[in-house]
Amino acid sequence: MGGYESIILTVITAATPLLLAAIGELVVERSGVLNLGVEGMMIVGAVLGFAGAQATGSAYIGALCALGAGMGLALLFGFLTLHLVANQVATGLALTLLGLGLAGMIGEAFVGQPGIRLERLHIPGLSTLPFIGPVLFGQDLLVYLSLALVAGVSFVLFRTRAGLIIRAVGDNHGSAHALGVSVIRVRYFAVLFGGACAGLAGGYLSLAYTPQWVEGMTAGRGWIALALVVFSTWRPLRLLAGAYLFGAVGILQFHAQAGGVAIPSQFLTALPYLATIVVLVIISRNRVLTRINTPACLGQPFVPDR
Amino acid sequence: MTQDHETNPPPGAGTRRSGEVLLEARGITKQFGDVRANDDVSLVLRAGEIHALLGENGAGKSTLVKILYGALEPNAGTLHWRGAPVRISSPAEARALGIGMVFQHFSLFEALTVAENIALALPGGTPLRDLSKRIRSVSQDYGLALDPDAIVADLPVGIRQRIEIVRCLLQEPKLIIMDEPTSVLTPQEADQLFLTLERLTAEGCAILYISHRLEEVKRICHHATIMRHGKVVMECDPAQETAGSLARLMVGSAVHDLKRGAQAAEGGPRLELRGLSAPPDGPFSVALQDINLSVTGGEVVAIAGIAGNGQGELFDLLSGERRAQDSGAIVIDGTASGHLGITLRRRQGCGFVPEERLGHGAVPGLRLSENIVLTRHGTGDGLVRGGMLDMGLARRMEQRIKSNFDVRMSHDDPEARALSGGNLQKFVIGRELDRTPGVLVVNQPTWGVDAGAAALIRQELIDLSRQGSAVLVISQDLDEIFEVADRIAVISRGHLSPAEPAAQLTRERIGLLMGGLEEGQGKAGHAA
Repeated sequence: MGGYESIILTVITAATPLLLAAIGELVVERSGVLNLGVEGMMIVGAVLGFAGAQATGSAYIGALCALGAGMGLALLFGFLTLHLVANQVATGLALTLLGLGLAGMIGEAFVGQPGIRLERLHIPGLSTLPFIGPVLFGQDLLVYLSLALVAGVSFVLFRTRAGLIIRAVGDNHGSAHALGVSVIRVRYFAVLFGGACAGLAGGYLSLAYTPQWVEGMTAGRGWIALALVVFSTWRPLRLLAGAYLFGAVGILQFHAQAGGVAIPSQFLTALPYLATIVVLVIISRNRVLTRINTPACLGQPFVPDR
Repeated sequence: MTQDHETNPPPGAGTRRSGEVLLEARGITKQFGDVRANDDVSLVLRAGEIHALLGENGAGKSTLVKILYGALEPNAGTLHWRGAPVRISSPAEARALGIGMVFQHFSLFEALTVAENIALALPGGTPLRDLSKRIRSVSQDYGLALDPDAIVADLPVGIRQRIEIVRCLLQEPKLIIMDEPTSVLTPQEADQLFLTLERLTAEGCAILYISHRLEEVKRICHHATIMRHGKVVMECDPAQETAGSLARLMVGSAVHDLKRGAQAAEGGPRLELRGLSAPPDGPFSVALQDINLSVTGGEVVAIAGIAGNGQGELFDLLSGERRAQDSGAIVIDGTASGHLGITLRRRQGCGFVPEERLGHGAVPGLRLSENIVLTRHGTGDGLVRGGMLDMGLARRMEQRIKSNFDVRMSHDDPEARALSGGNLQKFVIGRELDRTPGVLVVNQPTWGVDAGAAALIRQELIDLSRQGSAVLVISQDLDEIFEVADRIAVISRGHLSPAEPAAQLTRERIGLLMGGLEEGQGKAGHAA
């Protein structure tokens, strides 16, 4: 395995959890809901994914547990913000704190235990090709799933009626309601999808990235995923590029240190956020672009007048 | 439950009251807290008829319409569609019956294309490409040209209205409800709309038409139902009535002609514009060129013009939202003020009422008392002391404005967005008048406001000037201008004509000036 190949492999591993969490949050925000609890859903996904794999011996069942854990927290978020119309920002922050605490408590028993790694798929004949083989055809299932999700979300959002309804609800929930769209139901689906993706992203960390449980192992990736959604101006293909860019920056950090290049690691850690701020400045300079891409109802509570 | 109209035989009705009964509402009652928005309302809509629904702001028209369209459920009363009782509990059910609605406040999605906006209102299953074709053909058919691929955010209001109408037409409705469709249209666009409506009724469609423009109602409507305080007070054939008699029925008493009084003794000029010029500040903005105008204490000067000829830009410069390049170009009570900000100009005794009341004139999500603080925190009214707000005083001011200007609200000190358009306008103007400003600049004082409230606002503007203040009114409504103005100037493509005494100006001449046919004479502003 050559040096470049291993760098590319580690970039893919670093980008995949970001991509999974962010593609879910993108759908959530497109429907007009701001769920800041991505970090919390991720870490609970990570611990329950690990626990599920330990209990059954199957990393796939672990991944399903992670998915379910993310959805469970998302359901709580949906109930609080959509049903009881609680403030989305405050609820999302609380969800993150709740998730971190809950994961620490559940995970206490698993600290230091060796985990079960999600197997790399080996496609006969292809995965042994020199250079591109392991990169393109030797990844685990979640890597392929994350890429499929980007294509799927892009297709659904911009080519189907369901996607049109999601975008409409995010753009103007009052009008969508007046047209007979069930705003709350659409948002529940989006929030649950976002939860499932965030849970899987957490599961990827404890089943593939580093197959073990470490407290706080999400290490702020949920926040990077949130920044990534803004960075991508709510467009799936840009999100894909952004996730790999941010993933590469994260990896660069280690390789730079190993190579003795004097870039402060704090600067590299801050880079994704700096990039997001730059993008925010650029998109808010163009008002038409902002109006077209930003879900206008993002974070606003919806109460039908009845 | 239908006795109401049987005991009230509509005078002159029956001219076209022969079509099939499509929708009948019987005894509709809707209660919001203490307010009974609809009280035993009954209404019969027939095929081939344009049925006007008239009433003041807050008379209950919007509530009734929302009930007919399934967006609200009544507390009592029944709906009948072609004679059979129906329950319309959602807009989707209304559309399934064949009821379409064109909303007053556009219900469009700005980030989506025209075709996507229309697709959302139609049942699923039509590919977007086929829909684009249908949109093109229907819009050409009715003379409402539309580009299906354009993004709504880029389109002006007139076109947005078209999208709403085409969207409604593609649902092939039997009944179309239109809530103030012409309030954003130019006269030419309105004429085009009336042709469309005539064609629709000829095809057997029924139209429920809500408007404050009584001349328009007289011109196109076959039947009218008039509401007041949540009740139906009268049905009539609008063609048999005069605009005055319709207004009287809506308000419940005669709308008094304005009392003008003698113009106050000629004071000095209180607001002067001296060669005010400004480059455009955006792609759709108009450049102002060498504007000269002087408004003395004791008079109302009106600026007429077609929308988009520089009115908004002029208002921004007068209010200080945009600073003038030359400080001496705007003189308030003898002080060069072109470089001053809004608060400093208010401190000099100025008051400003912008055109857009919700979002510009008032913050939608703040209470009225908080909105008062926003414009009066720096004017020495004692609202801020030692950095702390006196909300008690703000609430007393809110009460005073409410009672002096007849602002109607369902509960005390509501959020600005909870008020209907006309009531909010009364509040926004009342907030400035309450200070008795020495100079008042108002942009579109009665846009979308009913006849009774409009008369009240106009009278207040005249009364303020007669107390020695200088009042500058920017308006597109010529009737209003002739009612309030002592002198009239016309703005056209950023040029302002000299202000001339209203008595010496004819509508024809103003029309010519609006078209910019007498440009080049704009230098004599001081003389007038």
